[in-house]
Amino acid sequence: MTIAILAMQGAFLEHGQMLDRLGVEHFEIRKKEDLDRSFDGLILPGGESTVMRKLLIELDIYDILKEKIEDGLPVFGTCAGLILLADQVEDGVQCFGTMNILAKRNAYGRQLGSFYTEDEMKGLGKIPMTFIRAPYIADVYGNAETLAVVDGKVVAARQENQLATAFHPELNDDTSVHEYFVQMIKESKTQ
Amino acid sequence: MIGLKENSQKTDRKGTGIMKENRYELNKQLAQMLKGGVIMDVTTPEQAKIAEEAGACAVMALERIPADIRAAGGVSRMSDPKMIRGIQEAVSIPVMAKCRIGHFVEAQILEAIEIDYIDESEVLSPADDIYHINKKEFKVPFVCGARDLGEALRRIAEGASMIRTKGEPGTGDVVQAVRHMRAMNAEIRRIQNLRADELFEAAKQLQVPVDLVEYVHENGKLPVVNFAAGGVATPADAALMMQLGAEGVFVGSGIFKSGNPAKRAASIVKAVTNYTDAKLIAELSTDLGEAMVGINEQEIELLMAERGK
Repeated sequence: MTIAILAMQGAFLEHGQMLDRLGVEHFEIRKKEDLDRSFDGLILPGGESTVMRKLLIELDIYDILKEKIEDGLPVFGTCAGLILLADQVEDGVQCFGTMNILAKRNAYGRQLGSFYTEDEMKGLGKIPMTFIRAPYIADVYGNAETLAVVDGKVVAARQENQLATAFHPELNDDTSVHEYFVQMIKESKTQ
Repeated sequence: MIGLKENSQKTDRKGTGIMKENRYELNKQLAQMLKGGVIMDVTTPEQAKIAEEAGACAVMALERIPADIRAAGGVSRMSDPKMIRGIQEAVSIPVMAKCRIGHFVEAQILEAIEIDYIDESEVLSPADDIYHINKKEFKVPFVCGARDLGEALRRIAEGASMIRTKGEPGTGDVVQAVRHMRAMNAEIRRIQNLRADELFEAAKQLQVPVDLVEYVHENGKLPVVNFAAGGVATPADAALMMQLGAEGVFVGSGIFKSGNPAKRAASIVKAVTNYTDAKLIAELSTDLGEAMVGINEQEIELLMAERGK
């Protein structure tokens, strides 16, 4: 199994380190030619969604990845990655728009609103959650399903091949969310 | 992890019960999100929008860009909060602002207007020629300039959660940023190769706490994110700093002192993402219009990098 990590900007190295701990092969996507390699899953990391969206389009990566996601490629977006997947973005612009969620950008305010907590995620129990200038999911509809709620706000969701968290599992020691994503990839292969 | 846990505090967040929250960790983590990105100096909301549209991962709000500060001379201070607020309202990306070295009241003001990052910066006139700000007293994060490993670790010991090279701001001359990045990385490699019992002496020589030296010894890098700054003017300059080990780039005067700021800014952003792709950088360097004229380091009368050690 090989997972591609979008490396336009942001905390992509940290996702690679999590996958190293799980013994999963991975590589970075920085330009169109990187898409020539085959991969079984895709991670969209944290960072600035405006920067990633712009570079995705200008480096000619956008169309290919959107098609792959629509064709069922397992994808996992954290923070900015969640915004890239969202069908609707409050105070922002839609990117892939493949997931039936409404994302609210900078939903907790500026850096002073960033926080750490531990809370339940469906199927995983209590896990560490780090929110950095994070979005939350203001609405989940269609076939998307809520996986975690913190303070009454949806912070994780899944829709078939797509997983999105408003928090950063790659910043803590706990690998359970990445394991969950690896499991999603395994299941997609047996289908 | 390292001896910086004094910063951790118990916070009762909106009635969800007492939980441990470490502001310093959260502040270092914001810097992690900026990695691989370009932070641009802007002086107006319009420039901030141009920067955001060009792909800046954050903007630095300041009244005058370093080249103009250099030209104008005189005492240079924190910007008017009204101007900073205007920029905060104009963009959705993080907004940083500068305070003078040692001027903790300017820092308090910036925290009060909820700035995302404070740059305790040698670009402004220092307010204190001995002491830097005790950055551990603040909830908002700080980035500080450094010319070598000792300066970087001293700033981190004071609570900085991000480091940048000082370079020589407002010159368009990258030579000092290169010198500072090379110096820092050479010292990191030296520390890595020391025996464990030699680290105490190394800490003494660097004038820094030994636990920070131990961290560098074990991890081969600073305990915080390290950007390049000072004199970056072209996509090639930015890629050079990335290949030398920077985790991202600050561009100050280089953009809005050039012929076509929007195009140059967008090109620098792409060069930072694909910093080893010479073919792409060749394309990005084509038809950019006039670069900032710049001054060579030998022609400068005021060395800003000498401020705050």
